[in-house]
Amino acid sequence: MDILVCIKQVPGSSQVEVDPVTGVLKRSGVQSKMNPYDLYAIEMALQLTEQYGGCVKCVTMGPPQAKAEMVEAICMDAESGTVLSDRKFAGVDVLATAYTLSQGIKACGEFDLVICGKQTTDGDTAQVGAEVAEYLGVPNVSNVLSVMAVEPDSIVLTAALDNKTVSERVSLPCLISVDGDINTPRLPSFKVKQSIDEGKIHFLSFADFADQDESHYGLAGSATQVERIFPPEKNTQKQDIPGNATEQAKALCDLLCQLKML
Amino acid sequence: MYNQLTSRDVEALKSIVGSNNVWQGEEISPDYAHDELGGIAHMPDVLVRAESTEQVSAIMKLAYENNIPVTVRGSGTGLVGAAVAICGGIMLETTKMNKILSLDKENLTVTVEPGVLLMELSAFVEENDLFYPPDPGEKSATIGGNISTNAGGMRAVKYGVTRDYVRSLTVVMPNGEVLTLGANVAKNSSGYSLKDLVIGSEGTLCIITEATLRLLPLPKVTVSLLVPFPSVKSAIEAVPKIICSKVIPTAIEYMSRDTILFSESYLGKKFPDTKNDAYILLTFDGSTEAQVEADMSVVAKLCLEIGALDAYIVDTEERKKSVWSARGAFLEAIKASTTEMDECDVVVPRSQIDAFITFTHDLADEMGIRIPSFGHAGDGNLHIYICRDDLSEQEWQEKLTTCFARMYQKALEMGGLVSGEHGIGYAKKGYLKDQLGDTPITLMQGIKSVFDPKHILNPGKVCF
Repeated sequence: MDILVCIKQVPGSSQVEVDPVTGVLKRSGVQSKMNPYDLYAIEMALQLTEQYGGCVKCVTMGPPQAKAEMVEAICMDAESGTVLSDRKFAGVDVLATAYTLSQGIKACGEFDLVICGKQTTDGDTAQVGAEVAEYLGVPNVSNVLSVMAVEPDSIVLTAALDNKTVSERVSLPCLISVDGDINTPRLPSFKVKQSIDEGKIHFLSFADFADQDESHYGLAGSATQVERIFPPEKNTQKQDIPGNATEQAKALCDLLCQLKML
Repeated sequence: MYNQLTSRDVEALKSIVGSNNVWQGEEISPDYAHDELGGIAHMPDVLVRAESTEQVSAIMKLAYENNIPVTVRGSGTGLVGAAVAICGGIMLETTKMNKILSLDKENLTVTVEPGVLLMELSAFVEENDLFYPPDPGEKSATIGGNISTNAGGMRAVKYGVTRDYVRSLTVVMPNGEVLTLGANVAKNSSGYSLKDLVIGSEGTLCIITEATLRLLPLPKVTVSLLVPFPSVKSAIEAVPKIICSKVIPTAIEYMSRDTILFSESYLGKKFPDTKNDAYILLTFDGSTEAQVEADMSVVAKLCLEIGALDAYIVDTEERKKSVWSARGAFLEAIKASTTEMDECDVVVPRSQIDAFITFTHDLADEMGIRIPSFGHAGDGNLHIYICRDDLSEQEWQEKLTTCFARMYQKALEMGGLVSGEHGIGYAKKGYLKDQLGDTPITLMQGIKSVFDPKHILNPGKVCF
């Protein structure tokens, strides 16, 4: 089974500042890392190919520096990585990102399965996977927890709904977005990194895509515009809960229910 | 020898700290009878929760005048029974003295009360871009407890131990007198270092009520390497070679596959790699990515040359969590894997670490008992656990006694000491006496008697 994993480079820390004037994340000088949710996707892909054969390739869209994430994926045991990079892709929203990725995926070859992380830690929309599936014209399942079986034309998987787990059979090819914490992603190998074959990393640009209509990409292809980005408020309020252990446990439980955390 | 606590004493205590901070008899939770592992249990007659130096001073005046023993306790996370009130009397708990009093950004120091938890202290200073390097595994321990045992932790390889970060202490003497020992200065040649006598004295000399701690700038980059080896032997033999490489990692931890699997089942969480028999976990920190990467590469290449199967990079918060949370749970995981256990916190010269671990494995085979170990291989301090499993009480006691005697003897032959960081408390007194001999113990007893002539502070511990 040939699998393509979609990966995004995100800021390395959650302490990223927002430019108060432009409302844009200050990315320059900030360390980057692979979107943590994508690690679960890679691990699932690698486990599936270890069990059922096939290969795992990765794709990312971003500036040329996003190559680092492709190197990392190869160090985790992926076969190759492709960076979709072009100035024409800059300023994209969710819709145009999904469209660009779908064009890139088509340019990367044929796959039985495309796996995305549930969401990214910078954009947080959790919409890109489903939209890519739509553009690829393949079925999509979100919040996937596990792949139970792989058959010639379909896979059987479990996915999380709000308070239920569903088991579904999905025909191949398809795109799934995997939930967080479904496995423990393997660590990248220093040994592989030391002697990485640069030929395993490819760059594709607008010129390599089938759709050559520039209005479908970048700012022009974006249906939405960000009005304002602001960091969430930090709350350091503390509350002492008096009483003995039983009373404290009950009060805490009530409080968590009241805050809709339980 | 000591006076029994009277109802008048209890009333006096209530007038000092308020009746809501005094518990007696069955009001006291059984948890206060023991620590995490000391193998000794005894209830105090009264539990008092103090909130200030003045209250501690008043309590000590009362105890001194009435000859009542006092045992100080922080979070109770000790492992040698140091905070067990073996003579009853007053248990003075410091967990409510948990204020961070001041951050001195000019002298790079922080002043705290003793009940501040290690995790609270590190979170606070790191928010201010500063760093308190001592890093014992038990993050819910109080800083007062850490100072009282001269706690070490994983970063000792590069940064040293608690003692290296204590500038001054406010202490209450057994008679209630309040003193400041040391000062917020970088150098000190002013007579005997009383502050350093108090560090590691396990609550036997005086009561710490305030500490000023030295801080460093927070390293900007931290990366770990998880290095798998084909055998336990090849992993531990790598440690002295890593030290010889002249790159100083922040931590060099040794862990065997068995211990990792216990941790997996204890936490219900998979470790990133369990295919190999043994692992060395190294951490590197520094101010730039290039510098840390260069150090890491030197050691990673060395490890590959001497037989490591790979070197896995642990570079993001998520990856660090997946590896270090397992490391942090080793003690509890081993505890959960057996019916009963005892611990040896021996420290040997770093060059002898491989020989000592090999010795414990041979000993386990010879004695027919399970002796898992893990620990700070880079600073020669190992945590070795002797597990009872299915042994009868008699067999357990016999084997335990023999194993301990043989391990401490071996450590002594290698130039090591009884405890690297957990202290002596009650449980390791005998081994300390055996190892040090008469004169050092007499000196320690003399020091104790000068500080505490009535021997009311934490009686029956360390050297008595």
